Amino acid sequence: MIPALIVFGYLAVVLYIGVFAFRKGKESGEDFFLASRALGPVVFLLSLFGTNMTAFAILGSSGLSYRIGIGVFGLMASSSALVIPLCLFFIGTRLWGLGKRFGHMTQVQFLRDRWECGGIGTYLFAITAAMLVPYIIIGVMGGGQTLQTISAYTGPDGQVRHWVSYEAGGAVVALVVMGYVFFGGMRGTAWVNTFQTALFLCFGTIAFLLIAKNLGGLDGIMEGLKANPKSATLLSREKIPPREFLSYMFIPLSSIMFPHVAIMCMTAEKVSHFKKTIIFYPLCIAAIWLPSVFLGVVGAAQFPGLQPGQTDSIIIRLLTQNTGVLISGILGAGIMACVMASDSQILALCTMFTEDCFAYYGGKERFGDKAQVWTGRIFIVLVTTLAYLIALSLKDKAGIFGLAIRFAFSGFAALAPIMLAALFWKRSTKWGALAAALWVTATVLGSWYLYEMSAGIKPAPGSAPVQIFPALGDLFLRTPADVTVYGYLPVMPMCIGSALLMVVVSLVTPPPSQKTLDKYFPPKSSLA
Amino acid sequence: MKWLLSGLVLLVAVVHQDTWFWTDKTLVFGFLPIGLVYHLGYCLLAAATMAVLVKWAWPSELEAVESMHAGAAAGGENRS
Repeated sequence: MIPALIVFGYLAVVLYIGVFAFRKGKESGEDFFLASRALGPVVFLLSLFGTNMTAFAILGSSGLSYRIGIGVFGLMASSSALVIPLCLFFIGTRLWGLGKRFGHMTQVQFLRDRWECGGIGTYLFAITAAMLVPYIIIGVMGGGQTLQTISAYTGPDGQVRHWVSYEAGGAVVALVVMGYVFFGGMRGTAWVNTFQTALFLCFGTIAFLLIAKNLGGLDGIMEGLKANPKSATLLSREKIPPREFLSYMFIPLSSIMFPHVAIMCMTAEKVSHFKKTIIFYPLCIAAIWLPSVFLGVVGAAQFPGLQPGQTDSIIIRLLTQNTGVLISGILGAGIMACVMASDSQILALCTMFTEDCFAYYGGKERFGDKAQVWTGRIFIVLVTTLAYLIALSLKDKAGIFGLAIRFAFSGFAALAPIMLAALFWKRSTKWGALAAALWVTATVLGSWYLYEMSAGIKPAPGSAPVQIFPALGDLFLRTPADVTVYGYLPVMPMCIGSALLMVVVSLVTPPPSQKTLDKYFPPKSSLA
Repeated sequence: MKWLLSGLVLLVAVVHQDTWFWTDKTLVFGFLPIGLVYHLGYCLLAAATMAVLVKWAWPSELEAVESMHAGAAAGGENRS
């Protein structure tokens, strides 16, 4: 009960931050959706980092390293440590500049104006929104599951019971997130994210130190793993095929195409705020992922034989066994901080709806700025309620949304060439963008289909990949966890195909008017 | 300078694929697998690379946008 009470206390603090932000806010669209483009350097760094981190960074990564070893760090963390700051450097700063110069609030607003297109912009809005929704649902589900897990107790009959049910836990998390996003808008969300990021930056280190202390040091555990041929593979990358390892370098390209990250880039007060964010980002990634991955491997020594569905709770198991009830509650709040990353996604979806649909189709002109803010707030209530209802009705099908997120990551990554072309290539056209967007849609659906249809021939963990269509040789292979194209993850051909289509189709279609090109590619001297 | 920095970024991207430690299970300080230590070092290298980019390739034209916007905002405040 005590850990659950501590987590409820944490939720109350988070809600208060949102209400406090409401008092500081103004009733304008730019203030509600972008905090008046005035976030300071520390809040900008921590909230941008927090926006990009999800429950996977702690719970999922430790679960995966339990199964495949320390290679998870190179696979997902150190690749992101290079690619995400590069995206912020090249794309994030430019989005910030366009927002300041032309008042853009979303990626679609910029792309519509840059390529003089309405319908194609609406299509980009639709696929972006469709790929974002599963994240929101999984956030509510994760909240319900976490509250249920940390409120568990053993009854007098020896049965495990919960003080807070999944349904009640999900409702509490949904209400709290809805509350601070509804009242605080971007300012409230950024402040809460800053608080949460500080909490989970401390979480990993504290958990690592406490567990190491209680276990009497880690040398013996790691030597034990090394001595056993079965577990020794966890200390290297033997379980990860080199082509998959290379493919993972493409995944972090998704970061800047996530609407919540792109929109967050427009909230900085000064472009110089990006400097520290870009330099410190790799260090923050190391601080979060290193303890999580390492503890996952330690967990393999402490709790051998867990099934894939159970491994994501490995850190919680290690904490429960190695720390007191009070510490476990505080660290439980840290876990909640990771799980509740859906706030910025809800706000991003709301910003996109009000800017790319409500304002674009004349709502703002007809009803004014205040009505736009209130439309946004109503949208927040509707989206959160819908996410909660879906989380309730599909409680046992969380795997579907988890899978959707995996494919959405590749989809967002493959949209990156569109943004790069819009920002840096004058000759790019809306038709090139449409071709790339259609390619992304088709390949996301196609790879999902291949994954589902090859489920029956999925090889056992540790076994060689199986050809999905023997007539096509190694073109499509089924591994225990993925579908690959000649051994590479689909994200790689998706990104390359998207870039090629963008170039080829742009070259054979007419560019936008000279007026638009002059607007987006002015001589540097005119800006100085 | 542009080509030099592009080369640096490319080189940093390439050394991420550390095939030389793929099956090495050596424990550094008795408890840290060498593959993990390498990629921890890689994060530090990424941070250093970003510091170099910020120093030598910063899009300084955006600083002008910042001052234009600050000027416009100040003008707006003076009018209100």
